[in-house]
Amino acid sequence: MVERIQRRKPTDDGRRTKAGDAFAVVGRPSSVVAQVAGYTAMAIVIILIGIPVFWLVMGALKTNREIFSANPQWLPLQPTFDNFVAAWNRAPFGRYYTNSLITTVLGASAEVVMAVTTAYALVFVRFPKRDWVFALLLIALMVPEEVVIVPNYLTVARWGLVNTYAGIVLPGASIAFGTFLLRQYFRTLPFELLDAAKVDGAGHIRTMISIVVPTALPAIATTALLSIVAKWNEYLWPLIVTSTQQMRTLPIGIAWLLDQEGNTEWGVVMAATLFVVVPVVLVFLYAQRFVVDGIAAGAVKG
Amino acid sequence: MHIQRLDQRVRRDRREWLTFIALVGPNLLLFVIFTYAPLINNFLLSFSDYKMLTGAREWIGLQNYRDIFADSQFGRIFGNTLVFLSASVGLVIGLGLITGLLLNQKLRFRNAARSILFSPTILSGVAISIVWIYIFDPRYGFLYTVLHALGLSSPNWLTDPKWAMPAVIIVYVWKNLGYATVIFIAGLQAIPKDLYEAAEVDGASVWNRFVHITLPGLSPIIFFLAITTILSSFQSFDIINIMTKGGPINATNVLIFRLYELGFTQFAIGRAAVIGVILFALMLIVTLLQVRYLERKVNYG
Repeated sequence: MVERIQRRKPTDDGRRTKAGDAFAVVGRPSSVVAQVAGYTAMAIVIILIGIPVFWLVMGALKTNREIFSANPQWLPLQPTFDNFVAAWNRAPFGRYYTNSLITTVLGASAEVVMAVTTAYALVFVRFPKRDWVFALLLIALMVPEEVVIVPNYLTVARWGLVNTYAGIVLPGASIAFGTFLLRQYFRTLPFELLDAAKVDGAGHIRTMISIVVPTALPAIATTALLSIVAKWNEYLWPLIVTSTQQMRTLPIGIAWLLDQEGNTEWGVVMAATLFVVVPVVLVFLYAQRFVVDGIAAGAVKG
Repeated sequence: MHIQRLDQRVRRDRREWLTFIALVGPNLLLFVIFTYAPLINNFLLSFSDYKMLTGAREWIGLQNYRDIFADSQFGRIFGNTLVFLSASVGLVIGLGLITGLLLNQKLRFRNAARSILFSPTILSGVAISIVWIYIFDPRYGFLYTVLHALGLSSPNWLTDPKWAMPAVIIVYVWKNLGYATVIFIAGLQAIPKDLYEAAEVDGASVWNRFVHITLPGLSPIIFFLAITTILSSFQSFDIINIMTKGGPINATNVLIFRLYELGFTQFAIGRAAVIGVILFALMLIVTLLQVRYLERKVNYG
């Protein structure tokens, strides 16, 4: 039964056209002209997106002679990995990785656990004024952290958490957006499934862990990936709340390296930039199809 | 017997409520501490003189507001914020719609293209900004290489007050265009096919179908994207701080950067709080527009 439910996609209501249907711009099957325009647009967009990526990778592989040549080269003639070694030695990247990894894992797991429990409670647990709780979360969604960084910094400072992992993670550990995403998904789950669990005598916690979570795994994974990426890339808050090299995370580390080396060492700076980008790209490559689908569906339904 | 059953129900209800509180509590508590309370605290701070070192706080009424509005640069910073915002929103939505329309047909590699398009969204804003500084480098950058090959000279993108704003807008659009395109494609596919079929039977022209079916069908998507792009452009601190630090001569200074400058480089907590209040007011207006719109529920359904 669970298997059948897992296969059921909550976005599919039958009226929507399927991806890949030959139904272009204004509803007519694609003409040759439309197809040519489509492929041209695809090529242009991919080139535009590819250029910075190309320039980044080539820069990291070029020698200084090639980078600072009066006659600029497109490709490195003698590709070298020296820049990576140099970058790793110029700044404490081992520390940066450790800090980024710890804060990302702590922050993202806190978010995912709270998104699941909150969404579950909002959908399946009886409580008077449940809608008010929901409205409170709606308000949180409208207040970006940037607006409240000043008072939050004062709070974290008062608690003595400046320059600690707790100080980096805690203010951003609660989650509104992911809660909405999951709440929406949980509402599409069939109630018979939960009633069956109740008849078996399972409590809420067991129902949540053994039935709702496995069934909603794709949506939870999407939430998790968005959280991981957001924490990994976070810049403003960790910049404010950390004060020593030992506690800096990767984005702050490469920004610091840029300030140090700047226009004099593009190869090293590009190599360091790859240190930040590559892990996220790997995660994305692994998960891209269903993440992109999940986000697109969320926007269309939302 | 009857009383006993009632008693049982009360106990069961209480158990449900306790479960609810246990499940929602931590999330809500964190929001109280780090979102709701600071929002009020920020408002109070904007009327105070706060000494970072001693933590002493003195009520000074509207003085911080007067200081902010008397600052000759504030008008420029506010204007920059609006320019950055409208250019970002306009370009992301306009170009996203065109690309989405062109890609919304049976094309080979479309799914791969969609993932590539989406990828800049997940990359670190800091990393992207650094790469773009190298691209904009007027002597060794990619754009120089292209312009050089064409026999043209390159502007000093990031140090010329005329070019700095366009440069940061280009980077913002590069990062967010693919996301908009992906959302547009999803939106286009959600428009019921039978509407187009009926219109075709009625002999409606391509343009008519676009104006009367596609655009209204996309209106919720356009609105969703406008709101998310506006909110994210208010927050794009990373691009500004890495690429220009608000310069040259405040040419790219926007509200969020000003907040950081005042609060964390000049330690003028009260005045930073004023910028926070202004930012929040702007976002509140945007969100209220969204709520009003959602109440009207303009769509094809």
